[in-house]
Amino acid sequence: MEEALTLVIATLAATLRVATPLVLCAMGGLFSEKSGIIDVGLEGKMLMAAFFAAATAAVTDSAWMGVGAAILAAEVLALLHGFACITHRGNQVVSGIALNILAMGLTVVLGTAWFARGGQTPPLSPGERLNPIFFPVAGDNVIVYATLLSVPFTWWLIERTRFGLRLRAVGEMPLAVDAAGISVTWLRYRAVLLCGLFAGLAGAYLSIAQNAGFSRDMTAGQGFIALAAIIFGRWRPFPAFGACLAFGLLDSIAIRLQGVKLPGIGEVPVQLIQAMPYLLTLFLLAGFIGRTVAPKAAGVPYEKEH
Amino acid sequence: MSAARRPLPGWVEIGLLPLANVAMAFLLVGFIVKIIGADPLQALKLLVLGAVGSSESIGYTLYYATNFIFTGLAVAVAFHAGLFNIGGEGQAYIGGLGCGLAVLALDGILPGQLMIPAAILASAAFGAAWAAIPAWMQAWRGSHIVITTIMFNFVASALMVYMMVNVLIAPGSMTPQSRGFAASAAVPSMQAALQWVGIAVAPSALNLSLLLALLCCVGVWIFLWHTPWGYGLRTMGHNPEAALYAGTNLKRMTMLAMCLSGALAGGVAVNELLGVHHRLVLDFAAGYGFTGIAVALMGRGHPLGIVLAALLFGALQQGGAELAFEVPAITREMVVVIQGLVILFSGALVHLPRPWLQALFARKG
Repeated sequence: MEEALTLVIATLAATLRVATPLVLCAMGGLFSEKSGIIDVGLEGKMLMAAFFAAATAAVTDSAWMGVGAAILAAEVLALLHGFACITHRGNQVVSGIALNILAMGLTVVLGTAWFARGGQTPPLSPGERLNPIFFPVAGDNVIVYATLLSVPFTWWLIERTRFGLRLRAVGEMPLAVDAAGISVTWLRYRAVLLCGLFAGLAGAYLSIAQNAGFSRDMTAGQGFIALAAIIFGRWRPFPAFGACLAFGLLDSIAIRLQGVKLPGIGEVPVQLIQAMPYLLTLFLLAGFIGRTVAPKAAGVPYEKEH
Repeated sequence: MSAARRPLPGWVEIGLLPLANVAMAFLLVGFIVKIIGADPLQALKLLVLGAVGSSESIGYTLYYATNFIFTGLAVAVAFHAGLFNIGGEGQAYIGGLGCGLAVLALDGILPGQLMIPAAILASAAFGAAWAAIPAWMQAWRGSHIVITTIMFNFVASALMVYMMVNVLIAPGSMTPQSRGFAASAAVPSMQAALQWVGIAVAPSALNLSLLLALLCCVGVWIFLWHTPWGYGLRTMGHNPEAALYAGTNLKRMTMLAMCLSGALAGGVAVNELLGVHHRLVLDFAAGYGFTGIAVALMGRGHPLGIVLAALLFGALQQGGAELAFEVPAITREMVVVIQGLVILFSGALVHLPRPWLQALFARKG
């Protein structure tokens, strides 16, 4: 009995560990998408942030400098995305993909040139990492708590403030916002910057809290799972949070199920469980689990009339 | 933004603007090379030499270009229909599954004249099928094709790992790859083919799949600009309501465009599996699908432009590998950086140099 309890607690702790970067990315993505800017570049922002967090922490011996560098790196990509999509009204999906590919290449190019470890950063000592605060086994570092706070914060900002009201409006009908004399451009830039902030924190978590250093492609599609979680949560903070936890649970179960035969079913392929977030989102998108409601102006550049 | 409406001369629009986009990307690359402590001009020289310096390197450049032509065409066909297919990666991968299954099942029975066409058809059919599901979801269920094709890339990747590790792995093999294909299923290498006509070139991965790719270019050109279906497809891309009014069945046209797109992406499997690896392996399509977006954007969706852009990216891929070999400070991933920047500048920031070009060329009017 005690063994089962330990197993349950361990699985829940693992779920929270896995879900943390997903939740942060999903909250960041929510701001962007709510304002009408599609962001398929969450993955790239997170990867770039993870690299600069680990590189800076290794060089300066300070985890907090790492966090700062991570946020800065993600914000640079966020601003590039904004420059292309808001200022130059470029295709948002193309821009996101370009930034993903850029991050994939640049992290390895810079990493190899600076540290000569095949794209990895030097392993970080405990002093250069964000360590667990109360429960060493659970890995409850400061970013995990920040993540838990980020969900009500996102909800409050989007649903309960004037900024949030305008943000939602600009994602549904930018013309109306513009007609009210509020700058569509500035609103959307603020949303994109908020997105960079959260994606930066997610990246820092990956390389200096969950792991002790950066390794190439360490985000491994988590930015896209976060995107799936946003859709699954129908562009609302708490449901998206729930989707992230569910996807995190699937992941921690997948690790435990490796090679285990379930009674009546046999061995479940690990790949099936790993593909589950995508498959579930596809079922949702196909309309088998209710309808999705994306912000109406998402993906449409706003052209001001003169 | 009234300046944006002033038209540019044709040669500036299709010639100079894309060049300006690429030039800006390369300026930034030069800056990055500088940051990591290498000499940009020396790097450029090594890159060019590595790409076209010998008959062997030209062969590899053309071999990479073959993949880029297939994925570039795939993206372009969907784009003309107003659909953004970013699932080329997954469609090429699943095309490879079809190719592998066909060969593994039939290479003991069929002679080469039948085996190779059958394997090509299987690649195309599986690629098309993998694109058909997101197409159906877009046409009938209203879900966005960008999101669904992203998801299908990941599902394809998981499916292939499962198939290779658990089902198709060669008995006794430690690495996840299938048994070797029979010689009847091998697309002849360009070296062998040219030897038949008395021309000697250095051996490389280049094979006759290049001809198939060029054939597809001609086919796509005829289809898009010289058939009623191609006309309907492009009309849908420009203005769905006009296409509907003209009697085009938008749902069926979506299916047609996406299936064609997926089938073209399947061509990568022909080049890689039948032409080079001669067995089913993991990750043979890695990166080609996404680069296809850059190729299609740079080539402005026209087969001729796509061939030129594919040559550029093939040269980058091959030259970049040589460059990484020569200069230890620069890794292969520099090519990935260049691809990312080219997509950014010739895709998302395509209009950035427009005002300057307008100031130069669009004075009259």
